[in-house]
Amino acid sequence: MNDNFSILIATQNGSGSQSCNQILAKAMFRSGRTVGAKNIFPSNIAGLPTWFTLRLNTNGYTSMEREYDLVVAKNADTIKEDLYKVRENGYLLYDQEITDKITDLAFGNNSIPIPYREITKSLSESIRMRKLLSNVIDLGILTAWTGLNLEIVEKTLSDHFASKKSVVDLNIQALHVGYDYAKENLLAHFINLKAPAHEFKNNDSLYIDGNSAAALGAVVGGCTFFSWYPITPATSLAESFQQYCHQLRIPNEQGQKFAQVQAEDELSAISMVIGAGWAGCRAMTSTSGPGLSLMAEAAGLSYFAEVPAVIWDVQRAGPSTGLPTRTLQGDIRAAAHLSHGDTTHIVLIPGDPKECFEMAQTAFELAEKFQTLVIVLSDLDVGMNFYATPSFQLEKTKLNRGKVLDSEDLDRLEKFARYQDTDGDGVTYRTLPGTQNAKAAYFTRGTAHNEQSGYSENNVNYKNLLDRLNLKLEKAKPQLPVALMEPKMSPSISNGGAPKTNIILVTCGGTKQIVPELQDLLLEKQVSSQHLRIRALPLDNNLQNHFADSDRIFVLEQNRDGQLREQLVLAYGEHYHKFQSILQYDGLPMSSALAAEQILNRLEL
Amino acid sequence: MSEGTKEQSNKPGPQTSSRKISDYKGGKSTLCVGCGHDSVTQHLINAYFKSDISPFDVIKLSGIGCSSKTPAYFMNASHGFNSIHGRMAAVATGAKLANRNLQVIGISGDGDTASIGLGGFLHTVRRNLPMVYIVENNGVYGLTKGQFSATADPKSTLKSGERNPFVEMDLCSLAIEAGCSFVARSFSGDAKQLVPLIQAAAAHNGTAFIDVISPCITYANHEGSTKSYDYVRSHKVALQELGYISEKEPIQIDSEEGESTEVTMANGSLLRLKKLNMKEHQITDAGQTLRILREHRNDGTILTGLLHWESGQKSLIENLNLTKRPLAHLQTDDLKPQEDQFDALITQFR
Repeated sequence: MNDNFSILIATQNGSGSQSCNQILAKAMFRSGRTVGAKNIFPSNIAGLPTWFTLRLNTNGYTSMEREYDLVVAKNADTIKEDLYKVRENGYLLYDQEITDKITDLAFGNNSIPIPYREITKSLSESIRMRKLLSNVIDLGILTAWTGLNLEIVEKTLSDHFASKKSVVDLNIQALHVGYDYAKENLLAHFINLKAPAHEFKNNDSLYIDGNSAAALGAVVGGCTFFSWYPITPATSLAESFQQYCHQLRIPNEQGQKFAQVQAEDELSAISMVIGAGWAGCRAMTSTSGPGLSLMAEAAGLSYFAEVPAVIWDVQRAGPSTGLPTRTLQGDIRAAAHLSHGDTTHIVLIPGDPKECFEMAQTAFELAEKFQTLVIVLSDLDVGMNFYATPSFQLEKTKLNRGKVLDSEDLDRLEKFARYQDTDGDGVTYRTLPGTQNAKAAYFTRGTAHNEQSGYSENNVNYKNLLDRLNLKLEKAKPQLPVALMEPKMSPSISNGGAPKTNIILVTCGGTKQIVPELQDLLLEKQVSSQHLRIRALPLDNNLQNHFADSDRIFVLEQNRDGQLREQLVLAYGEHYHKFQSILQYDGLPMSSALAAEQILNRLEL
Repeated sequence: MSEGTKEQSNKPGPQTSSRKISDYKGGKSTLCVGCGHDSVTQHLINAYFKSDISPFDVIKLSGIGCSSKTPAYFMNASHGFNSIHGRMAAVATGAKLANRNLQVIGISGDGDTASIGLGGFLHTVRRNLPMVYIVENNGVYGLTKGQFSATADPKSTLKSGERNPFVEMDLCSLAIEAGCSFVARSFSGDAKQLVPLIQAAAAHNGTAFIDVISPCITYANHEGSTKSYDYVRSHKVALQELGYISEKEPIQIDSEEGESTEVTMANGSLLRLKKLNMKEHQITDAGQTLRILREHRNDGTILTGLLHWESGQKSLIENLNLTKRPLAHLQTDDLKPQEDQFDALITQFR
């Protein structure tokens, strides 16, 4: 009986492997198994190395491992490296033809050649088609190897190719060929997984990526304007938004209830969002690091002129063009204060697709309530990989559009001054262009202004304005998604008596995936831990007690400079000596095993 | 016809509402005394008053620079947005799509449009966003004290005598290349021409671009500047004499023989054009317009009037098939999906 099994499939992009990988992972999900799947892909359309990793774990661990029980090596360009990714007692399946080209491969004991050319001969005359079908052969082999129900895989495959019915039969045939080949030739190695600790019931869970979830959240959250510029890894968010609008906001004879514009650059994309937000739409743009940099000037305009706007940043590895298709949490610092001058933004950090769905809605509520920019920091790992998650609920609550005065409101008022803080909470009232009332008009500007929105170089006015903007953010803090002190999520392994050390693990975003396993690994060394998950910036003021009670606080993040730690040090300077960075920034999702090693080293255990 | 045209451009037309010209006034200008931009401001006020457009339905936007200050000087009863450098057109795009009922006036300058905002300008034209896009073009960066802009003519000089070595950006030609269906050039000092042009631009369904040579009295009004008052007055060549006839007015003027033509704007109003020069020129022929623009640039003259016009182009609003009701007015019930639709959609993730 196995309780953990990790698979690596090494191919080239554009070879058709992606579909089969996704089918395999989804079939695992449909079988009720806890599955963690990561796609490691190049910035390229065809021919460069790509890897797909899949982890089955009966404790519910989903984070990516860096050693594998089974490696399927089909890429001659990477097989020399891929050989070394096989775990002790693990297996290597490789394309037999590779050894025609490379003769000096250092195969270990459990290396098994697969004669794909032979196996696919009966399926098609076309060499190209046989190459494509070799991926389905893998799907069949892995179905058999991991004891997956063949019918579920067949159904998942049919669903996947629902729009290309003509190819379904051939693919199912290939699936059976692969499955039968494995039963005849590889039976001795098949694994028998223990029943998973957390079984997913199909009806109340989803298998979804963060970008799709965010797009769905934006539609549900009432977003009517979306401008964007294509950039990996954010593109699928914009494309999904359009698709879901067509499906969920059925246009009547009156036309579409949303506008989407592919802008000429990110500067225009965010400027369009500001124009639309000013005129009364819930408006957003999606981007990644390079786009975020370009948006900096407009971010300051949104903040200073108090125009609601949402930027969804799916972070990738920078600086500059960096590693465009690898993950990193490198934009925390940039997002927190994007733009020149004294600028601070509300930043939301979703940790999984469900939070992407929810925070997309929250972002619009906050942007309109506080009349400011909200930046959501997702990342490539959260945005583009698939996760099993509890299903999404459609909230029927009314959208809160914030302090907007209509013509009737204005009639009741003696006068209207756009930037007068009549409620004392820093948030002033606005009117929308087109309001049919002589009191409605005001002048929006990125220059300093008085309460009546007139241009003003008056020193007192300017300082008061900056102070009010700060007050507004202070008032916003308690309304942001709270930092969660999360209970341990997996069954504890308490085999070593009372814990010797208590620590706090601080994470944000997708890094939370590693925590359940990390906590168990630490517990094996008598280190008990609590997990504090930051979900928004500016940090709220109530974390004091957590930090006061603990001596060792490890801040885990995926960047070089400890950008989340910087935020903690700024907000809780009196504890700065306790915050220790645990960093992984090689572009791959964080590894629990590595993190455990890093922490134990620091603890000198 | 010519009498009628004079009437049109010099006096307010017949008013169907009770709005007064004072309803179109703005704040006090802080530009230099004698700045061409203040004249353009006045012409805008007259044009919108004459066309009887409700200020409540207008938004006025700008980027950064002297020209971009001017939306504060007209139509105080309209919402205004002085945005960031080169992004006026993008902000306007968002605002217009959010509320398609708004009438958009974008005021920009040659720095704001021909350099930092060139991409936004051309792409807005290309998408055919319904708006009046006015560039107050003086060939210099005024607010930073007189550097050349990208529209400065080759060999024209700065006040210091420094000569411009570079080719000028001809915004009208660029607009035509980007598919603009209303392209005009005028002079801030020519009320007779500019007021009906603005009225026609406001009635156009699509991006209506007007390049207004608007001299900088402080940094570009010297000998050697090709955008000084004297130079423009002595070198401008008007294509037509123009008369705008609002759709609200009874059309009384009989069609003149020969040289006068009328074009019907999207809202039903008419623009009457009496050809003065280049009488063989057809405003609907983009290729011909590009050629004569180049010819005039080559001999240092400035061709003014409605240079290019086409009807029937789909605007961005139509291409996006936007709902008649402004997006900004949609409520929770319009926007949130039905439970069954939502459930059906998420099934694909099971």
